[in-house]
Amino acid sequence: MSDTYSNDRPGTWTRLRYRLIPDHAIGEILSKPWIDTAIPVLFLLMLAGFFSVVSPEFFLPANLNNLSRILGENMLLAIGLAIVVIGGGIDLSVGSIFALCNFVALALIFHFQVHVALVFPLVVLCGALCGAFNGLLIGYLRLRAFLSTLVTLIIIRAIVEILALNYASTIMSSYDANGWDLLDFVADGSVFGLPSSFIFALIVAVIAHIFMTRMRMGWHILAVGGARRSAFNVGIKVRFTVFMTYVISGALAGAAAYFYAARLNAAGNQTGLGLELIVITGVVLGGVSLGGGRGSITKAMIGTIIVVSIVNGLLRLGLASGGSTAILGIILLLAVVVDIRWNKNRLKVLNRAYVSPTLVEMDEMPSIEEGSTSPYARNAALKDARPIGLGVLDGPEDMVLDDEGNLFAGSREGDIFRFFGPDFTRHELYAHIGGRPLGVQVDRDGSIVVCVAGMGLYRVTKEREVVPLSVRTNRSFFSVLDDSRVRMADDLDIAPDGRIFFSDPTTRYEISGWLTDALEGRGNGRLLCYDPKDGRTKTVLKNLVFANGICLMNDGDSVLVAETWAARIRRYWISGPKAGQDEVFLDNLPGYPDNINRASDGTYWAALVGVRSPSFDLALNMPKFRKRMISRVAPDNWIMPNSNHGCVIKFDDDAKIVGSLWDSPDGSHPQVTSIREHKGKLYLGGVFNNRVGEIDLPDADQEWTGYTSYWGTKA
Amino acid sequence: MSVKSSIGRLDQEKVVLVISAAMFLIFAMTLNGFATIPNILSLFQSVSIIGALGLGMAIVIIGRGIDLSMIAVMVMPVAWSFMQIADGMPVSMAFGFAILIAVGLGLLNGWLVAFVEVPSIFATLATGMILFGGMQYIKVQSDIIQLPPVLEWFNTVMTRTTLGVPNSMVFLLVLSAIVWLFLRFTRQGRFIYAIGDNPMAARTTGLPVRQIVVLQYVLAAVLALFVGNVLAAMVDSANTRLFYSNMMYDVILVVVLGGVGLGGGKGRISNVLAGTALIGILVNGMTILDVSYMVQNLVKASVLLLALVVDSLINPRDEQTSQQGDI
Repeated sequence: MSDTYSNDRPGTWTRLRYRLIPDHAIGEILSKPWIDTAIPVLFLLMLAGFFSVVSPEFFLPANLNNLSRILGENMLLAIGLAIVVIGGGIDLSVGSIFALCNFVALALIFHFQVHVALVFPLVVLCGALCGAFNGLLIGYLRLRAFLSTLVTLIIIRAIVEILALNYASTIMSSYDANGWDLLDFVADGSVFGLPSSFIFALIVAVIAHIFMTRMRMGWHILAVGGARRSAFNVGIKVRFTVFMTYVISGALAGAAAYFYAARLNAAGNQTGLGLELIVITGVVLGGVSLGGGRGSITKAMIGTIIVVSIVNGLLRLGLASGGSTAILGIILLLAVVVDIRWNKNRLKVLNRAYVSPTLVEMDEMPSIEEGSTSPYARNAALKDARPIGLGVLDGPEDMVLDDEGNLFAGSREGDIFRFFGPDFTRHELYAHIGGRPLGVQVDRDGSIVVCVAGMGLYRVTKEREVVPLSVRTNRSFFSVLDDSRVRMADDLDIAPDGRIFFSDPTTRYEISGWLTDALEGRGNGRLLCYDPKDGRTKTVLKNLVFANGICLMNDGDSVLVAETWAARIRRYWISGPKAGQDEVFLDNLPGYPDNINRASDGTYWAALVGVRSPSFDLALNMPKFRKRMISRVAPDNWIMPNSNHGCVIKFDDDAKIVGSLWDSPDGSHPQVTSIREHKGKLYLGGVFNNRVGEIDLPDADQEWTGYTSYWGTKA
Repeated sequence: MSVKSSIGRLDQEKVVLVISAAMFLIFAMTLNGFATIPNILSLFQSVSIIGALGLGMAIVIIGRGIDLSMIAVMVMPVAWSFMQIADGMPVSMAFGFAILIAVGLGLLNGWLVAFVEVPSIFATLATGMILFGGMQYIKVQSDIIQLPPVLEWFNTVMTRTTLGVPNSMVFLLVLSAIVWLFLRFTRQGRFIYAIGDNPMAARTTGLPVRQIVVLQYVLAAVLALFVGNVLAAMVDSANTRLFYSNMMYDVILVVVLGGVGLGGGKGRISNVLAGTALIGILVNGMTILDVSYMVQNLVKASVLLLALVVDSLINPRDEQTSQQGDI
């Protein structure tokens, strides 16, 4: 076996490659919510580059000014349309509503001599009413959005044509407006060099963003678009919400038409023809998903800027008729295809790109042969463990005994149970925390400190009050992922000065992915320190391979940290002359270490959650193989570290293995995640087990308790 | 037999036929020159094109899709082939290319809908724009392309009558019969119904769902090309401006109005013909009344809206049953 290992030793280049190239960053970038927006932004930059080469006059202030006026109007339409699309619908009638509102605005301004300031709300109202008609049809009558807005497109367009034919010359006979200065500003004015309509569109965009992300109505729209049935079932007024999206879209089309009317003073029947296609293309290109639930105002704006720039740029290039139609069609098609394929495969791509195995070189595993001289030699010491909490506990990862001899253990449902000593036949629900309680420790005052995966570090006081201690740490500067959240608090220990050291095994996975983290083998974990003096948490040691069990050493100056998937235990000095330094304390264990705790004779117990296997050790040595496996094989068939066969080992302050306790093949503790010694007995926990086990240690100090070892006898 | 079954269910097709008959009677009694043989014949002639396109649309809608690119296929390859013939290309070759273009677009539509899973409404909207814009950009710059002299016989045929029936009408009836035979008696035709009714069940049963969906769009495109040639022969020229008109919605109108459910799986050729009859009578009556083109559009669109409302009342969807992303 050793030959195979040595033959496969990677070269220096491979080592450097896996040390220096941050493969995991790709998956982390892909998992960012802004990635959907990043692609259109890149496209926009490329487009700007293209136009600056092909038609430099595109960037002349005169053209940009004109462009941004058009853009302001189109952005207003795009915001409305984005809200409709996010709500799960579509509005093709915006172009027609725009044309109708344009006509109404001109009639009010020039024919009826209404003050220009008053025209604005009236035009917006006109648009909102048209939108309300759509909303009635789609929201309340449950018509299909695409076809019914197509029909309202035709109906409103026909009305505009009839009006334009009969009254256009009448209303445009005078150019006398009530409030001419304001009209002039709306049409041609600028603020800080930006056109009025553009400024207005930006303000509306900010309001719409706040509306969609911070307000109840916006959340309802997202919910209805994302999962209509669920939204209905939780009691959201689905029909009203859908109705409102069309009203908003119509009102914004009215606002856009107001600026258009002031700018061009044209009541022709060609107004807004085909506008809906430009706006829809922009919204979808920006990354607002058809079908609803995904998208933002920012995305709609970016997409609209791209499409309007292209259409405008094509006009400048003097493309023959038909060319711009074809290109708009191609962009629309591409945008829809990319949107659909991306949404369908996003999670698949993410899953494959996210897991990024790195090179791990494991030494040859020490022998665990039964009857051998190895300190790890298998035996059946745990065979007769007596069960505690059978039928009550589900997955006690860790347990602890307090100064009164009661046993506390966490359970999968987020509960802490108390079993009354000394026989532990009676129990009670001590506290409900939620999350997934893992490591527990008892503090000087008898309160229980718990690591809760998915939540953080919590304290349960003697009065059974649940107090959160730490849910976040400092954010690393160079980490792509936001690692400020305590993702999966696992085990803890308490220093004499009250500081609590606890582990966060991986910043890349939730607790359900703890085995997947093993496939990476990278140091994703960390050691955190909660200081009760200022209530803050700091990351003290990073790049630990699945930092798991923590134990304060007998000297009180250092803690042991189990690095599970690296099969080693690290020592970190928390005070004294070597404070802040760390070193490998125990290397090349035969299995994956979990929790570590003190033994009565001044040594330490450590649980091995599983025994290493040659095949997985070999896989760790071959990161490309693991990458291939992840991308080609279903997760159920991935090679995983063994977690079905473990043991308890014992070692002393000089890192010498003193002995090991194994379960027999037919025993109840094949996998041990935690051990506690108390008054001559050893208690065993298992994260997937349904009990706490108890065995006798006849040779141990029958009066020793963990509590006195840490805090002395109670005064 | 019970009274109920002898009367039959009052479905949309029967309602439409009753309304058509009532409108026909009212127009016949109140309008001068409505109930004359020449007017009736011109009535059917005017809607035969819409009806024929409706047949292609019905195939796609029954298969739970929609094809908005039909007008582009109807005008562009035809206009292009006429220009090529005028430039000296052999007729068969020009038509061959036109058929290739139409089949190609049908394949593209079908591929986008069936394999890329783009909603049919977007896929066909975009491909229509691409085909129209692209061919306009490459070759067809003018709006009206005259029928080439070598094809004048086609015009003569289409403007004549057979046994007193205009040939355009005969064309619609023959085409209807062919599509009816296809949908009713061929395996593929039955599959289209099955897929439109429940695509997931059809797939589970083992039907070649994706291939059949592609077939729907190819058929619709070829049919549109065929209709385009007939239309050009009837009016002696190909008019590309039709792409910008409301013709597409008239086609959807006759199909939906007749009672072909947009949800797929429901509808027959007789539904399309009933819808075509109603619209023909309506348009003809309005034309005699000298109603302007724009108001006619308004009326037709309102009728379509009414048909959609009726469709949604007959085939209701609610929050529990409607499909996510079904727009």
